[in-house]
Amino acid sequence: MSVRTLPLLFLNLGGEMLYILDQRLRAQNIPGDKARKVLNDIISTMFNRKFMEELFKPQELYSKKALRTVYDRLAHASIMRLNQASMDKLYDLMTMAFKYQVLLCPRPKDVLLVTFNHLDAIKGFIQDSPTILHQVDETFQQLTEIYGGLSAGEFQLIRQTLLIFFQDLHIRVSIFLKDKVQNSNGRFVLPVSGPLPWGTKVPGLVRTFNNKGEEVRKVEFKHGGSYVAAPKEGSFELYGDRVLKLGTNMYSVNRPMETHMSGASENLAAQTQESIAPNPLAKEELNLLARLIGGMEIKKPSGPEPGFRLNLFTTDEEEETSRRTKSWLGSWGSLRSWTSQGGVPARAMICLP
Amino acid sequence: MFRRERSIPLRGSAAALCNNLSVLQLPVRNLTHFGVVHGPSAQLLSAAPEGVPLAQRQLQAKEGAGVSPPLITQVHWCVLPFRVLLVLTSHRGIQMYESDGSVMVYWHALDAGDASLVQAVFARGIAASGHFICVGMWSGRVLVFDIPAKGPNIVLSEELAGHQTPITDIATEPAQGQDCVADMVTADDSGLLCVWQSGPEFKLLTRIPGFGVPCPSVQLWQGTVAAGYGNGQVRLYEASTGTLHVQIDAHARAICALDLAPEVGKLLSAAEDTFVHIWQLSRSPEGGYIEVEHCHGECVPDTQVCGARFCDPSGSSFAVTGYDLAEILRFSSM
Repeated sequence: MSVRTLPLLFLNLGGEMLYILDQRLRAQNIPGDKARKVLNDIISTMFNRKFMEELFKPQELYSKKALRTVYDRLAHASIMRLNQASMDKLYDLMTMAFKYQVLLCPRPKDVLLVTFNHLDAIKGFIQDSPTILHQVDETFQQLTEIYGGLSAGEFQLIRQTLLIFFQDLHIRVSIFLKDKVQNSNGRFVLPVSGPLPWGTKVPGLVRTFNNKGEEVRKVEFKHGGSYVAAPKEGSFELYGDRVLKLGTNMYSVNRPMETHMSGASENLAAQTQESIAPNPLAKEELNLLARLIGGMEIKKPSGPEPGFRLNLFTTDEEEETSRRTKSWLGSWGSLRSWTSQGGVPARAMICLP
Repeated sequence: MFRRERSIPLRGSAAALCNNLSVLQLPVRNLTHFGVVHGPSAQLLSAAPEGVPLAQRQLQAKEGAGVSPPLITQVHWCVLPFRVLLVLTSHRGIQMYESDGSVMVYWHALDAGDASLVQAVFARGIAASGHFICVGMWSGRVLVFDIPAKGPNIVLSEELAGHQTPITDIATEPAQGQDCVADMVTADDSGLLCVWQSGPEFKLLTRIPGFGVPCPSVQLWQGTVAAGYGNGQVRLYEASTGTLHVQIDAHARAICALDLAPEVGKLLSAAEDTFVHIWQLSRSPEGGYIEVEHCHGECVPDTQVCGARFCDPSGSSFAVTGYDLAEILRFSSM
């Protein structure tokens, strides 16, 4: 498939991860300076020049497992810690959100606007750090250089590559279910109304021409939807109105972010998938991106700045349910020891001095 | 009016490709064969009338050098004068099987030599023309294979140059006689259409330029090219001259499949907007040029359609595949 897909996948998933972490940091009342530090550290790691250089090389998409390793390390690039269940849930939310955005992009090229929406929001998180801002702007330039000139056909191939990566993922997300963008069977709602892609006319017209090119007949037909022409094209400049809302922060208002893990039918798809949770006990060859992240200076939780643990679950029960239905990740040594103790261990809450 | 018939379950969901459904109608044996691409594998299954599944088989893309398992781009039955072959195209090469997929009779590995680092290398676009099978490539080239009446002695006879961007689809029809020699049309990612005359050497007759959007699917009927585009339009051109005769604002998203019921002149268009439309093609009494009338529109709720085909020669039933959907949906007219 397309060898230009990895940067888009990485940046958009990274953007979603930051939206979720930002919301959880606020929900758990982590002090502002600590929260800012976490986001700054993660963003600065994401946009590290050497890392970006490697990311932008034409290459096949990483496997799901390999990509997950990259995000595990990225999430731990600062003083924040996530337990396995929280990291799983974070990754589920990230992937379903971007899958939704790719699926609903009106034109294949709009995935670039989605990426720019994420970058615009990321710049909002690091307004007071000019160095990191500069890194993000440089990435913007690189995206424009590489993707600005791609044809519609090449974007179509990128879109197909992304959809193949997300094939068979049907995790139900509370915020999507509540907003009625996802059905209870895990499938996304595809509306048959609303604005059309830029460049597409409202369906419903058949025009006939003679040999001289003159229109000789014009007949309307009922096409079944209720569409309107797009008001304008989104901007691909460094600054501009993207028009498209996909890729903007849907967690900016305090909204619940549970995923629904219950039901055997839900896990039918999950069981046929490879286990993507990285095994910390195996000495596997880390992929290059993960190694690059690991090689960057990680702020160790010691001295006057102790680390803290972030939790993506709001109730113990929810976390336990999630752990049980994910028992097919049995290779986790730590998971086994927890369930064998017959209960949920005391929840590690935020550690503050 | 159409009603939903019983769906046929698939082992794996359909991949988000275009033209992702091939149907082989075998009315004499009261059977219909279906072929759907899942990703690194394709599924073939046969069903009796009423959609009762009978047999199924999975085919894998043949491995080659590379890190990840190769992905299949298309699966398609080619009906030739003396045999039917199943062709499978992937990112590694072209595989040809006996029609039930039981025996591979030919393998052609792709030569990625000319491709730059940033180009994806794959074969895509499959059609039978007389005793030839034509397959498109990422480079825009079309390979023409000469198929013997039986056996594996398949030979690459020609490489057609006409396109500069990846081929998306190829359509053919039996030659219409003296007035109309065009019997093959090839389409590509830039929207360019090339019209050919088949023969021991294929001849390029006309080029119909694109307009900035891909043409993922194309059909040929009585000397008329029907093309579906990435902006949701269906356009009909006179094959021999390239003259545009009909322009339909048919869909709200990119078209992913077109199919024909040639005996009755019915055209089917399916797109990512969840709709399938059926059109009646005819010749105008005055000018003799092609006319189109809308017959029926069907919404497949919340489904990004990726393949659609008529299931019988009269065009009174059709089947649909959708991205992430592990079943073939069937519709028939009441």
